[in-house]
Amino acid sequence: MLHTVNKSPFERNALDACLARAVKGSAILLYEDAVYAATKGASTAQRVGQAAKDHKVYVLGPDLLARGFNEGQVLDGITVVDYDGFVDLVAELGTVNAWL
Amino acid sequence: MPGIDEPDYDSGVVKKFMYVNRKAPFGTIYALEVLEMVLISAAFEQDVHLAFVDDGVYQIKKGQDTKGIGMKSFLPTYRALEGYDIEKLYVEKESLEERGLTADDLVVPVEVIDRAAMAELIDSMDVVLSG
Amino acid sequence: MPAYELNGKTYEHDEEGYLLDVNQWNEELAAILAKGENLPLTSEHWEVIGFLREYYNEYQIAPAVRVLTKAIAKKFGPDKGNNKYLYELFPYGPGKQACKIAGLPKPTGCI
Repeated sequence: MLHTVNKSPFERNALDACLARAVKGSAILLYEDAVYAATKGASTAQRVGQAAKDHKVYVLGPDLLARGFNEGQVLDGITVVDYDGFVDLVAELGTVNAWL
Repeated sequence: MPGIDEPDYDSGVVKKFMYVNRKAPFGTIYALEVLEMVLISAAFEQDVHLAFVDDGVYQIKKGQDTKGIGMKSFLPTYRALEGYDIEKLYVEKESLEERGLTADDLVVPVEVIDRAAMAELIDSMDVVLSG
Repeated sequence: MPAYELNGKTYEHDEEGYLLDVNQWNEELAAILAKGENLPLTSEHWEVIGFLREYYNEYQIAPAVRVLTKAIAKKFGPDKGNNKYLYELFPYGPGKQACKIAGLPKPTGCI
C-alpha cells in the first residue's frame, strides 16, 4: 500500500493521521504542501525523521523545487522522486491511500 | 469527491473496500460526500468497510440537532446502512477516548478497535478512500 | 426553477420533476404527479408511496431499488417485496418513478 499526504503538517493533521495508522515498513509519499514536512529545520523534522526510519518515505521533487527547497535540504532517509517515480510507486504498490 | 483514484467497482471480483472517515460532519463537505459514495457503491456488491478515526468519530455521535444551523442532518442516514448490507463499521478507540466519547455515544453499532488494529485493517484492504 | 401549480400554490421541482422540498408534498399533489406519468393510482400504489414517505422520514434518503424491495418484503411480505410486483406498479422503476410521486429526491446512485 502507498500512503500519500498532500497537506502541510502545519495546517492540517493529515500527516500525523497517516503516520499513526501506517503499518511499519509502509511506503509514504509526500507531495504538494506536504513536502514541507520533508525539510530539515522544520519543527516536524524529528517526527518525520523517525518516520523515515520506520517506513519508506518519499517526497516529490518538483513540488519541493517549486516551494524553494532543493534535495540537499531534505531530511536524511527520505528519497526524492520525480513524477515517473511517483507513477512507479503506484504501479508497484497497487493500493493508494490518500490521506486528505 | 475525495480520493485521487476512481474506485474500481466493476472488475467482476469482490474487493475489500474501505472508506476512512476522518472529518467532523458539518465544517466540510467530506463526511456527506463519503456517505453518499458509500451508498452508491453498495449497488456494486463489494466487501465494504467503514472506519471512523480522528474527528470522523463525531459524524456518528448521537443527538445531533441541526435545526439551528439550517443544514440537513444526515445522522439518520447512517442507520440506513444496515439495509444496504453495510455492517462492517469500525471506530478507533484512541480517537473516541481523546474526545471523551464511548461506543454508547454513537448512533450505530460499531466495533471499537485500537490504533494498531486499525492500521492492520487498513493495510489489508484492496481499495482505500479517505475523507 | 420550474414548478408544479396546485390550488394557486407553487411547488418547485428539479429539471426531472422531483420535488425540491419533500415537506411540501401532499396526496393531492401526488395524484397530479402520477397523472403526469400516466399512472392511475390504486391502493397498492399508495401503500408503496406511504412506505417511501416513512422510509425517508426515518433515514433522510430515498432508498435504492434493491433496498426498497428488501424493506417492502420485510414489512408486507415476499408477494409485494419483489421486482415484478413493484415494476408492474411503477413501470418506470419503483426507485425513480415511485420516489418522484412520493415527493422524494431521486434515489442516491440512480442514473
